[in-house]
Amino acid sequence: MVDQTIVDRIKQDINGNDVVLYMKGTPVFPQCGFSAAVVGVLSHVGVQFKGVNILEDPGLRQGLKEFSNWPTFPQLYVKGELVGGCDIVREMYESGELQQLLADKGIKTGAAV
Amino acid sequence: MAMEAAVIEKLIKEGIPDATVEIADLRGDGDHYAALVTSASFKGKSRVQQHQMVYAALQGRMGGELHALALTTAVPEGA
Repeated sequence: MVDQTIVDRIKQDINGNDVVLYMKGTPVFPQCGFSAAVVGVLSHVGVQFKGVNILEDPGLRQGLKEFSNWPTFPQLYVKGELVGGCDIVREMYESGELQQLLADKGIKTGAAV
Repeated sequence: MAMEAAVIEKLIKEGIPDATVEIADLRGDGDHYAALVTSASFKGKSRVQQHQMVYAALQGRMGGELHALALTTAVPEGA
């Protein structure tokens, strides 16, 4: 079972921020190519997001895997819902679905959709 | 730790019996793969759910033994 305080923290993050990226490293200094790729996509789309470095917190890292039933990082959440990891985000960006999802959820982006 | 492509394919097919699996070894190091998994059982499911099915078939190896698997899932045409 996941520690309840970890679950509370995750819920607070994903419900309190429209877009949250759990990643290895920080948006400014990603420490994994997959995390860097998603940061690149989000920056390109022009959406503000909260980046959480899971390397700094092993408890959070393990807790998230169980919470989201998703074994790897990065993990992108939009409006409290898991959108996916790097492959999904990239695929959705290329097809325009990511931009559409953000628009549908009323999240401001800097890029034209 | 490295894992053989044939093992990945076998696990996915055991977990999702009707799946077609194509695997490419991206760097030739047995550690960075790309997989295309096609299955009618993905129909009506979100991408996240489709990938979760594949991860479930990999029985916890994803993210551990299997460090990097670029995954694409698809529903076969006409399914």
